Amino acid sequence: MNLGVIVLDNVVEMLNITKDFPGIRANDDITLQLRKGEIHALLGENGAGKSTLMSVLFGLYQPDKGRILVNGKAVHISNPNIANDLGIGMVHQHFKLVHNFTVTENIVLGKEPKMSILGMDLKLASQKIKELSDKYNLNVEPDSRIQNISVGMQQRVEILKMLYRDAEILIFDEPTAVLTPQEILELIKIMKNLVKEGKSIILITHKLREIIAAADRCTVLRRGKVVGTVDVLGTSQETMAEMMVGRMIDFEIAKKPQVLGKTILEIANLNVMSNKKVLGLKDFSVTVRAGEILGVAGVDGNGQTELMEAITGMRKVESGSILLNGKDIKSSSIRKRIEAGIAHIPEDRQKRGLVLDYSLENNLVLEVYYKKPFSKRGILNQKEINNHANKVIKQFDVRAGEGAFSLARSLSGGNQQKAIVGREIDLNPDLLIAVQPTRGLDVGSIEYIHKRILEQRDSGKAVLLVSLELDEILGISDRIAVINNGELVGIVDAKDTDENEVGLMMMGIGKEEAK
Amino acid sequence: MNEAISVIESISPYAIVFTIPLLIAAFGGLFSERSGVVNIGLEGLMVIGSFACAFTIYKLQDFMPQQEAVWIGIGVAVLASALFSLLHAFASISLNANQVISGTAINMIAGALTVFLARNITGSGNIQIKSGLTGFDVPFLKDIPILGKILFTDTYWTSWLVFLILGVGAFVLYKTPFGLRLRACGEHPQAADAAGVNVFRIRYIAVMISGAFSGLGGAVILVTFSGEFNGNVFGLGFLALAALIFGQWKPLGILGATLFFGFASTIANVSQVIPSLAQIPGVILKIFPYVVTLIALVIFSKSSQAPRASGEPFEHGKR
Amino acid sequence: MKKSRLNLLIVSLLATFFGLVAGALLMLAIGSNPIDGYWNLFQGGLGFLLPNGITRLGDTLAKATPLIFTGLSVAFAFRTGLFNIGAAGQMLFGGLCAVAVGLTFTFPQPVMILLVVFAGCLGGAIWGIIPGFLKAKFNVHEVVSTIMMNWIAYWIVYYTIPAFFKGPFLETESKLIPDAAGFKMQSLSNLFGGSEINLGLFFAIASVILIAFILNKTVLGYELKAVGFNRHAAEYAGINVNRNIILSMMIAGGLAGLAGAAQYMGNATSMQIGVMPTQGFDGIAVALLGANTPLGALLAALFFGILYTGKGYMNAKTSIPPEIADTIIATIIYFAATSILIQRVIEWTKKKGPRKLERQRIAEESKPIVVNEDEKSEDEKGGVEDE
Repeated sequence: MNLGVIVLDNVVEMLNITKDFPGIRANDDITLQLRKGEIHALLGENGAGKSTLMSVLFGLYQPDKGRILVNGKAVHISNPNIANDLGIGMVHQHFKLVHNFTVTENIVLGKEPKMSILGMDLKLASQKIKELSDKYNLNVEPDSRIQNISVGMQQRVEILKMLYRDAEILIFDEPTAVLTPQEILELIKIMKNLVKEGKSIILITHKLREIIAAADRCTVLRRGKVVGTVDVLGTSQETMAEMMVGRMIDFEIAKKPQVLGKTILEIANLNVMSNKKVLGLKDFSVTVRAGEILGVAGVDGNGQTELMEAITGMRKVESGSILLNGKDIKSSSIRKRIEAGIAHIPEDRQKRGLVLDYSLENNLVLEVYYKKPFSKRGILNQKEINNHANKVIKQFDVRAGEGAFSLARSLSGGNQQKAIVGREIDLNPDLLIAVQPTRGLDVGSIEYIHKRILEQRDSGKAVLLVSLELDEILGISDRIAVINNGELVGIVDAKDTDENEVGLMMMGIGKEEAK
Repeated sequence: MNEAISVIESISPYAIVFTIPLLIAAFGGLFSERSGVVNIGLEGLMVIGSFACAFTIYKLQDFMPQQEAVWIGIGVAVLASALFSLLHAFASISLNANQVISGTAINMIAGALTVFLARNITGSGNIQIKSGLTGFDVPFLKDIPILGKILFTDTYWTSWLVFLILGVGAFVLYKTPFGLRLRACGEHPQAADAAGVNVFRIRYIAVMISGAFSGLGGAVILVTFSGEFNGNVFGLGFLALAALIFGQWKPLGILGATLFFGFASTIANVSQVIPSLAQIPGVILKIFPYVVTLIALVIFSKSSQAPRASGEPFEHGKR
Repeated sequence: MKKSRLNLLIVSLLATFFGLVAGALLMLAIGSNPIDGYWNLFQGGLGFLLPNGITRLGDTLAKATPLIFTGLSVAFAFRTGLFNIGAAGQMLFGGLCAVAVGLTFTFPQPVMILLVVFAGCLGGAIWGIIPGFLKAKFNVHEVVSTIMMNWIAYWIVYYTIPAFFKGPFLETESKLIPDAAGFKMQSLSNLFGGSEINLGLFFAIASVILIAFILNKTVLGYELKAVGFNRHAAEYAGINVNRNIILSMMIAGGLAGLAGAAQYMGNATSMQIGVMPTQGFDGIAVALLGANTPLGALLAALFFGILYTGKGYMNAKTSIPPEIADTIIATIIYFAATSILIQRVIEWTKKKGPRKLERQRIAEESKPIVVNEDEKSEDEKGGVEDE
């Protein structure tokens, strides 16, 4: 047996790891082995347990059972410092960067340079960082402040954080969520470069395409358990998807043929300021008709927020017009717009979608509580509110421990989202705006919500879909508007385009198409 | 113009004496808030300091030279308030209590407990000390025109101590690893946590610093202008909070803000004596600092530099 | 929802218990007998087994009246997400307006009462609207702005009373307020053996009922609570957040203003300057102990009233310093603020299911839980549980 050789070859071994949280077993007897110099993908849908597993490796959590070996030696990683000392570093999905510190200050935090009479020697640290940045082609400016640099560069700062601490084992947690297709290719190049220099990488993702492009091997998790570890080269996307979900998934979303109606939403020459006192949306014009889904594709932070907030009424419009069914609503209050026929599924369901400390039934009348039959002359009719809630719960399969009386906080993410979707669709809006409607959800919930959105379209309503998941946009939209740097790059038909074309447009390179 | 200068010269010592406790308390609050813990209890912590100092001096002043007793009293005050602040630290950091409520509780407990104990000692709830610190003039420097009269006459050692603390503290905050980590805890504790910083430990230290500094402030009030402990510190703790916001959580900023309050309050108090000011209705002068603070809050609201994570409990492992 | 109500009650009772224990320890520390101490304290407050007991009870009710108002004020503001530290200033300004009306006009008492109530409420409301407006329009934190308003009111009273309403005897007092101008009613007083009790109490109880109704049954209450729990979601759903913040501070201010009216036109015989009314800050304690509910505030205020009335009697009989009552109250607050969290920690370590835990989480006491921008941790536990 070549046991000796195999053991030396593994730079990290997580053996029989089990981790429990109250009421749930997040990791169930998981074994993961990372070979030196490989890119090892950790695949699983949202909720499968991959982030928990990596948090265990990084010292944020302690496993209840199992052991970890680094370079053959058993270790006990009780906090991120120890992980760092062992050479393990993590690039988090949500960057852990202090916005008003410089790049250097962020990188040295926790491992500050020596003190002199004049204080910490940050100049020396800056120098070292610049050297590292050049060595790995990361193109980072050490003295800029985080709040002033791009998202792509912020991510590279996270990478530098690891390299500054001489990390040999790098964990990337869903790194591509914030990148364009082209930036993703660049990142993969960087990863392969790192591996050439002797580093080993674990790549957490739920995106099959990236695994095929970047990884050598892939371990698939489902519901906390390992389904299997495969060589990426010899495995098809379909096989990996099936391992991830447990059944065959249909990559094609079946859409009925389109029946177009009149123009519901007409946006003309819209100019909206961003939070940074410059124009976030520039001269934007687009229309959405009844019976169609218009998808808005773009990298996060390119104007989608300003567009959504301008349409829903959360943000002032500098100039331009927003016509809903022919009437300009750009000066109307949020409530008036809802009454005029707009419903929206917000991006952040806990912050904007629900009052978590209200009961489910009170949440489901959040936009209509002041109307009959839910209230009369300023006094609430709790019974009617309850009836309404039961109706929506039934129609939209919202599962909650105490039914309509459950606190919204106690529902799972998927059910919270279904409740919001149900509430909004129940308003019977002419225009449904959905922003990141399936973020953080499991495949089952995602499919369900896509189904309901398509139903809206099929019943002659207009849908405006904003999503950072290109697959989602390509999958269910009829037309796709691509936004870059606040400007409309172009509008394409979903069935005539592909990821590459849209990806290029997201970078600002594209054709000006007539609408 | 000359009259203005002479007015400023004559009221400066009083204004600075009023400023110093405000400044040191606000600086303590700065450390606490910069680490992410809102500390409304500065008032109560100052009261504890004032009481501890008064109690110590009262007990010792018959056995040793007054000045020694005073300084020991100051030391005890710093220690006592630092310990008392642990109550707030424990509630806010380890138990994730609402920090505003916890701070208010500190104020109430301090106010009640100290008068209760004082009543037991002197029977009246007030503790008087024979004397505090005496002002002195700094040799040589006092002869500098204008500046000499403003800054270097009739000063107290405690004032210089506080200025020293301000300087050292600012250095620590901006130039040392500890300061960097503390500020990170107040802006993005998850980032600090992931970098291996012990957020809980730093916040505890920061709250204790705010306690120690507030205690010093309370003691200074006692030995420089009030001369007796009577259960409160005239709302200076709250004013220190306002100064903190006014000063945008920066050391130089709070220096400016507290000097402003010091001068404004002193002017209000002595307005009767100064002919040009006696014409302004007393009520205007008295409410002037508060109204200006409100206006400043409005002006600074758009660009507020409040530490981003201030007031939010930190939960370990939240990614 | 019923279960969380029960939890609130338990927390408040526990906090009260611990506060009383702390008081007992203090009594022991100074060499007194806690049993004696508490017996006299409660006897002094409730008046049982005493010849003039009914007077004491009346005094307790009178002392509690402004506390009911300020407690309601703070509790109401808290439910809508605002910290009203300014109840003292609103009480002063509302009280000033009430006193001004009382000393300026002479109408038959029923008319005067209406005028006084209106003036007190209006004065307090104005004093509350200003911080409310600053918060709504400029996001100025209401803790600091209300503290500033407290001192501004303090000095306004300090100069206004001697200037316009100076009393005959002291520099620091206003003129005596004629009984018929305020809430005092001889017959009511006589019913309670000549105590200070006055009509203010009935207005207080009426307010409790009114506020409870508003919070639980009306559209306004629904909006205010939604804004208090999550202003982003409320805004997104079309609720006018700014309007609600201002309205909430206005109502809270009005309630505190009524406290001023009750105190100066009912309990006292004149208005003194140079005093920052402690009822303002005690209102925070009352609200906390009463779990920010109207009924809770009523009960807590009565409890505090007992302590305040009884402490003098206790001091006379046992020479225990009266400040012990304040210490007990302050300790209760500390425990009320932290005990819910202790409870949460205990439950967490018992490893109950996260859903059950969430149900029991008492949202009114702690700041709305920081929204977890990274939903992974929520969904990891939830998404899989579902299927």
